[in-house]
Amino acid sequence: MRNISLSIVILGVSLLAGNLSAAGGAACGNYLSEDGLTKGECDKAYVDATDKPSLQRGAQIYMNYCLGCHSLKYARYKKVSEDLEIPLDMFKDNLIFGDQKMGDLIQVGMDPKEAKEWFGNTPPDLTLEAGLRGPDWVYTYLKSFYIDESRPLGVNNKVYENVGMPHVLVDLQGTPQSVCRQVSFVAENGGIRQDPLTGERLTQEQCGFLEVEAGTGQLNPEEFDEAMLDLTNFLAYMTDPMKTERESIGTYTLLYLFIFTMLSYLLYREFKKDLH
Amino acid sequence: MVTKLMNWFDDRLPLTATIERHLTKYPAPINMNIWYLAGVLLVVVLVIQLASGIWLLMNYEPTAEGAFASIQYIMRDVQYGYIIRYMHTTGASAFFALIFLHMFRGMMYGSYQKPRELLWVLGWITYLLLCMLGFTGYVLPWGQMSFWAAQVIMSLFGSIPYIGEDLLTWIRGDYLISGITLTRLFAFHVVLLPLALIAVVFVHILALHEVGSNNPDGVDVKKFKDEDGVPLDTKPFFPYDITHDLYAIGVFLIFFVAIMFFYPDGGGYVIEYVNYEAADNLKTPEHIVPSWYYTPYYAMLRAITFPVLGLSAKFLGFVVMAAGIAIFVALPWLDRSPVKSIKYKGFYSKFFLTLFVISFFVLGYLGSVASTPLGTLLAQFFTVTYFSYFLLMPIYTKYETCKPVPDRIQLS
Repeated sequence: MRNISLSIVILGVSLLAGNLSAAGGAACGNYLSEDGLTKGECDKAYVDATDKPSLQRGAQIYMNYCLGCHSLKYARYKKVSEDLEIPLDMFKDNLIFGDQKMGDLIQVGMDPKEAKEWFGNTPPDLTLEAGLRGPDWVYTYLKSFYIDESRPLGVNNKVYENVGMPHVLVDLQGTPQSVCRQVSFVAENGGIRQDPLTGERLTQEQCGFLEVEAGTGQLNPEEFDEAMLDLTNFLAYMTDPMKTERESIGTYTLLYLFIFTMLSYLLYREFKKDLH
Repeated sequence: MVTKLMNWFDDRLPLTATIERHLTKYPAPINMNIWYLAGVLLVVVLVIQLASGIWLLMNYEPTAEGAFASIQYIMRDVQYGYIIRYMHTTGASAFFALIFLHMFRGMMYGSYQKPRELLWVLGWITYLLLCMLGFTGYVLPWGQMSFWAAQVIMSLFGSIPYIGEDLLTWIRGDYLISGITLTRLFAFHVVLLPLALIAVVFVHILALHEVGSNNPDGVDVKKFKDEDGVPLDTKPFFPYDITHDLYAIGVFLIFFVAIMFFYPDGGGYVIEYVNYEAADNLKTPEHIVPSWYYTPYYAMLRAITFPVLGLSAKFLGFVVMAAGIAIFVALPWLDRSPVKSIKYKGFYSKFFLTLFVISFFVLGYLGSVASTPLGTLLAQFFTVTYFSYFLLMPIYTKYETCKPVPDRIQLS
């Protein structure tokens, strides 16, 4: 009976755990994968809190392009400079604008009321954005702006339809267009539909792919993706700045507990001998 | 020197006697198994929660304007503040996981039966207090989910006929969830409820030591005693149980610490992602999902989709949900079985207990996902099976055939 009841409980817990993946991260709207097969699935952002150069580049992009509107109001400049190993002087000279101090929280100068008038909504604080939406969403969102003259700011976003944000990174990326392409029919089992007579692949038109006009941006598409990954990495760090310290302390704590548990087991075993 | 000091105390306070009665010489049945560990681990978690709670309190700001930012201040600027907070959030989930195991143990081995009815009722009160602590504590970070969970749960009181709306305003202290609501929940969470919890847990343990621990066989160990009046099939708590418990605490803490340091969000179950956004009364989150430990009851709430006799579906759902939590208290009087442990009970007891566990988990799952027509249907079905365990108990426990219970504990 004991085994049966235990296995029922374990079964139940795993049923709940199966739901885990559904709990985190938001889906990516109308974002179309490169092969046109999936819609609304985010690209994977391989964030790495130990990759300091990536975090530094991310911070550089953030401070130059994002901080005009989006605060990081729960974080302080000083901690960012320490965590990212950016020397204090260099940080002060290049990453702090205006007369803010190193110990200050990272605020924006823009008046929230005016911002609401300009964009229809106050640009949100992004300290915890990567926690709220998940890094994959952030990464995909950043790559999904496209020209859409019907919108007040002239741009739209595949992930976040009708977002009130301009394409701030247009200098870097160039002008992205939503285009149509001929794609193969692919069955669920991976088979590709062919003309039975000629063996040629049959194609259909699918719209919603993003293409950047060549030569319009400072970065080529690969470099831009890399830069957005850095930026995402920085935002993931922002949400959870203690991750590296936490995991290192956690490792030592676990090590201690393993030793403690082993000793207490030996003690338990010794006393248990009395009972039988 | 030590003896002299102890004597000095013993002349003024029953110190040695108390320690012997409740700790060192407490007779514990020899056949206690893994299920009996939840109790001691609950005490450990209670201590963790009290300690981490006090330290959180040192930097938390109980105002609508400052609460969310003060949590981030704790997470970022307070030295090791994130450890204290994650200890508290992981502790909250561990508290419920353990109390569910503890209650299930009691249900399996009939630990609520005579003479342990009061012990069971006291335990049930700690469960109620824990539910309230969980709810009030969840509101304090003042994130989106805090706010909207408070909105949903408190609005249930508004569904009570005639007095609902006024009652709701009285409970909230305002016409909507506001800073006023936050501060009163804060006062309950840090003063009233923990005080009550400590008191009830204390009495729960007193009552346990009066009637003695049950065991997996459900055998009364007090029937056979040695010449000193110590039950034969028991072992003293010290050193046998304490060493056993210490080992168990070690294993438990390994899991606890692993979650706390490496998966503090628990995949969105320990800390929900929506709570990364500060409370905004103008913006409703897409799915409002309670913490995992309330989801079975949330599913019951949503399962009632039809009004009956002029009572609204919401009110009926509220009643069913409350009944789902309340009905545990009736167990000692619903069980008519001559035997305690499931080991010796008949087929129907085993069947309905299994059905109950399955219902609990399925409802828990359904309560954590967005509602669909099929989900609602399933929730209705499993709400019925959940209650059938309790409501049919007087019948199936009375008429089923049980196995004979041995006089003394049989060690296999």
